[in-house]
Amino acid sequence: MIHFKKVNKWFGDLHVLKDINLDIEQGEVVVIIGPSGSGKSTLIRCINGLEGYQEGEIIVDNRSLNDKKLNLNEFRQHIGMVFQHFNLYPHMSVLNNVTLAPRKVKGIDKAEAEKEARYYLEKVGILDQAHKKPNQLSGGQQQRVAIARALAMKPKILLFDEPTSALDPEMVNEVLEVMKMLAKEGSTMVVVTHEMGFAREVADRVIFMDGGQIVEENTPDQFFTNPKEERTKAFLSKIL
Amino acid sequence: MNFSIPLSHLDQYWSGFVVTLKTSVIALILSFIIGFIIATLRVSGVRPLAFFARWYVEFLRNTPLLVQVFFFYYALPRLHVSWLNFNGYQAGMLGLTFYTAAYIAENVRAGIQSIDKGQLEAARASGLTYYQAMLYIILPQAFRIVIPPLGTQFINLVKNSAVLAFFAGLDIMYVADSLQGSSGEVFGVYTFAALFYLIITIPLTILVNYLEKKLAY
Repeated sequence: MIHFKKVNKWFGDLHVLKDINLDIEQGEVVVIIGPSGSGKSTLIRCINGLEGYQEGEIIVDNRSLNDKKLNLNEFRQHIGMVFQHFNLYPHMSVLNNVTLAPRKVKGIDKAEAEKEARYYLEKVGILDQAHKKPNQLSGGQQQRVAIARALAMKPKILLFDEPTSALDPEMVNEVLEVMKMLAKEGSTMVVVTHEMGFAREVADRVIFMDGGQIVEENTPDQFFTNPKEERTKAFLSKIL
Repeated sequence: MNFSIPLSHLDQYWSGFVVTLKTSVIALILSFIIGFIIATLRVSGVRPLAFFARWYVEFLRNTPLLVQVFFFYYALPRLHVSWLNFNGYQAGMLGLTFYTAAYIAENVRAGIQSIDKGQLEAARASGLTYYQAMLYIILPQAFRIVIPPLGTQFINLVKNSAVLAFFAGLDIMYVADSLQGSSGEVFGVYTFAALFYLIITIPLTILVNYLEKKLAY
């Protein structure tokens, strides 16, 4: 579903992605961990073209991001993204946050879009807040709205960029529970997170990045109990 | 201080008041349109356009309004192009419009750039085009931020419209000048001119303060 082939990226002189090779299959849940500045957010942002890269190739859903004729707007509607700071539209109601892209990108009419939006808002447990503005909700509720907003486009892939890092501790679980539910339903998910419990419990595969490289990848069981690389061991010893 | 002269000419003040208000409203609308376009060019990322927009703003903001209006009134007709022969009122209106547009452009640009870049990213990530993202996400939020400073620009515009008096623009200031000339009365005549400006600017100030509170999220 997602393939990185020797991808290299620089921000100016800074080499942020180094020879990234990665294959993610349909239905797989991949968790990316690593210290800050390791390139994990940059990697995930390359998947939907929010970041470009200078070398190599990324193929998503059989389409190459190297292809200059690729219609990025059309391409992106198949990839949902959830951000660290939610990035809900503060001037719109929760319902309109969820219906905007289906209406304007897919051209679905308002009534149908709202019906679907209600379905997804119910799914993330927040339907009763549909007419509120985002700033009237707690952080956990806002992030669940952001997940509903991503789901409403019926994406083939879901990207989560540190979805719980900006949340108060007591709100982390309500978001993780929604993500677990999506994982169980067979969604293809790429998750950048510091939540090791989630990685252990939900991931099919854990990837450890450091210094712009993929240092180690393994099943969560192997990864946490029997890490191979010294850098992985050092990182795990600091956070576990 | 003698108020009998202005009090007996209230009808003239009133017609000057109408001219001032009308001129300010028209100039505001025109300068908002121009200012918006200039701001959009400035953030467009297209170099020649951004360069033009930047120098428009710098040039217009850093020269006196009076010089600009004189330019429209005295200099342009010397080019002997028929449609550049502006009368005093038109020259004043154009000067006010282009001058105010420079300030509004800066307000709008600041408004656009103050929107968190995550907003554009979220919109683009969901498949919206750049223009859709601007239209539905960025500009409505920028507009809220811009409304209070826009009110302040309008207040400045009303006050600056007194330049019309230089060119027989029939505005409040012109009426006061004429009355002063014909009667010799000074204090009462200009006090009333100030009062008529305050009739516009005080409610506007209150409105701006109200909007600032109201439009905060």
